[in-house]
Amino acid sequence: METLFFLIVSLVAIISAILVVTCRNPINSALSLILTFFCLATYYVMLDAPFLAAVQVMVYAGAIMVLIVFTIMLLNIRVNASKSQSHKIVLGSVIGFFTLLNTAVIVFKSRVALPNGPLTGDIIKQQGHTELIGREMFTTFLLPFEITSILLLVAIVGAVILAKKKI
Amino acid sequence: MDMITIPAVNFTPILPEIFLSVLAMVLLLINVFIPGDRKAYLGYLSFVGIVAAGVLVAAGWGGHIESFSGSVVLDNFATFFKMIFLVSAGLAVLISDQYMEREGCNHGELYPLILFTVVGMMLMASGTDLMTIFLGLEVMSVALYVLAGFNRKNPKSNEAGLKYFLLGCFSTGFLLYGMALTYGATGTTRIAKIAAVVGQMSLPSANIMLVAGMLLMLTGFAFKIAAAPFHMWTPDVYEGAPTPMTAFMSAGPKAAGFAAALRIFLVALPTLQVEWSQVLWVLAVLTMTVGNITALRQDNIKRMLAYSSIAHAGYALVGFTAGNGTGTAGILFYMLSYAFMNIGAFAIIILVGKKGESNGNVQDFAGFGVKHPVLAVAMSIFLFSLAGMPPTAGFIGKFYLFSGAIQQGYIWLAIIGVLNSAASVYYYLRVMVFMYMKDPTEEFDWMQVTAPMALCVAISVIGSLIPGIIPSLILQFAQQAIKLI
Repeated sequence: METLFFLIVSLVAIISAILVVTCRNPINSALSLILTFFCLATYYVMLDAPFLAAVQVMVYAGAIMVLIVFTIMLLNIRVNASKSQSHKIVLGSVIGFFTLLNTAVIVFKSRVALPNGPLTGDIIKQQGHTELIGREMFTTFLLPFEITSILLLVAIVGAVILAKKKI
Repeated sequence: MDMITIPAVNFTPILPEIFLSVLAMVLLLINVFIPGDRKAYLGYLSFVGIVAAGVLVAAGWGGHIESFSGSVVLDNFATFFKMIFLVSAGLAVLISDQYMEREGCNHGELYPLILFTVVGMMLMASGTDLMTIFLGLEVMSVALYVLAGFNRKNPKSNEAGLKYFLLGCFSTGFLLYGMALTYGATGTTRIAKIAAVVGQMSLPSANIMLVAGMLLMLTGFAFKIAAAPFHMWTPDVYEGAPTPMTAFMSAGPKAAGFAAALRIFLVALPTLQVEWSQVLWVLAVLTMTVGNITALRQDNIKRMLAYSSIAHAGYALVGFTAGNGTGTAGILFYMLSYAFMNIGAFAIIILVGKKGESNGNVQDFAGFGVKHPVLAVAMSIFLFSLAGMPPTAGFIGKFYLFSGAIQQGYIWLAIIGVLNSAASVYYYLRVMVFMYMKDPTEEFDWMQVTAPMALCVAISVIGSLIPGIIPSLILQFAQQAIKLI
């Protein structure tokens, strides 16, 4: 049952991801992207990570996508019929196809035993997924968490410098 | 729910980072109160701050302190690289004001952004956790994207910023994917623990997830250090970005990429050295050859130095491929001397250039040697050092890089390197031919050489000559620095 569900979600994810890059209308692309993000959120739920699923929906499918759609509407991007560069597309497709084939063969041939971490599914269910993330973030990954604030500050300053009319 | 125990935190390893971050934020605040024609004061302040940070960094030499439960470490390796970053940032700050004033984009935010870039680079060098390294790289990159597009009115600068941003994000994706796969294969992001887990694997090269992770990380770093075939962004970005930022970008961040890559590959994945050194061999040969051959036919001197900087990354990759003591110490030595000679050369380019990024061709150097003999001698020293002629720092650096390769049996790699180095002499000497043997095509009105500019040229000359005459002065530090990793 779970495998079937996984396959259905994967199919939807792949089709919507293809639509993101093939749609001519940017709004359609953006909407397909939302669908892809929702599929990813479904994966997180299946992996016993409800917090990540919620964050995925709120931040990516919610906030960021609203921003993208707003930007598209404000800029009023027209569907431009650009000249098709068919030879490049063909070349890219061929290379991409063989890379995919190669990767698939290698992955199917090799069976890698992955290590089991200390946090098994039982422990996660017992202690709560969100609590464990919070605990890790403020103990083991305290410094990376703090660096993120510097990163955000730099991004804000940079955005102001590049975009503000008069500085 | 049991109590959460906060791990012991020692701030000593990240003291320079904290200092520079706070300084950058203070400068952002001061900037509001400083009128537009006095922005140079921010530059002086940040230069003083960088020197002070240098004292802080130097005080940590010889120590070995881990902190934040193994996210970050203070060791000689990190200290040496932090010095390289501070040198490149300090020199870039010195040459910024005159250029930015001329191009009409002397916004005060420039200096805080340079300082934030240094913070990111320092975290990359001292990070012992993939997360720390990644976030350091992002802090550095985001600040650099803005610095590349800092000259907002110049379309070329806009193009540089946007191009760097898009391709940089793309390459970050590779790097992060590689880190995620490595985490999946080993179950940890701590570099020391990865080494332990990989060391216990019976056949790590058969672990497809680990190998894929390694290769993707290699791709990400190869982009940051502008190694061929991931170098396509370099010429456009280096040409379009404001010249002081080009100088900074080609010295500091490149060294930071090497610092993080060296730590990850030599400490976490030494068991896979046979595999990654093969890939690096190809990368090194491609990078040197592509960089040098394309540089041969460039007329724009910024573009020429961009391709030459690709070639220099290739020389450093020769030392990385060897992966032994001589080769890696050579990388450290070379990155430091490259910062001096490269930023020095860019300082002269700024002096020769005119408003609107014009006068940037090799031909515009005609008659420079007669008009400005002192600056021309300085430029000649930088060019000789870049070409790798004795008795300059560039020669000693290349000597150690190539002898490291020979010690490991990579004879052909060293031969290709030396041949490349010989080919590069052509385009460096071409500038000197124009400086000394051609008459000026037009009368030039020279801009004043400001005091910071003169200081930068003087420091760069000393930095390109002294390590070449007394190599042991720097080399002994470089050798101690690589002992700990």
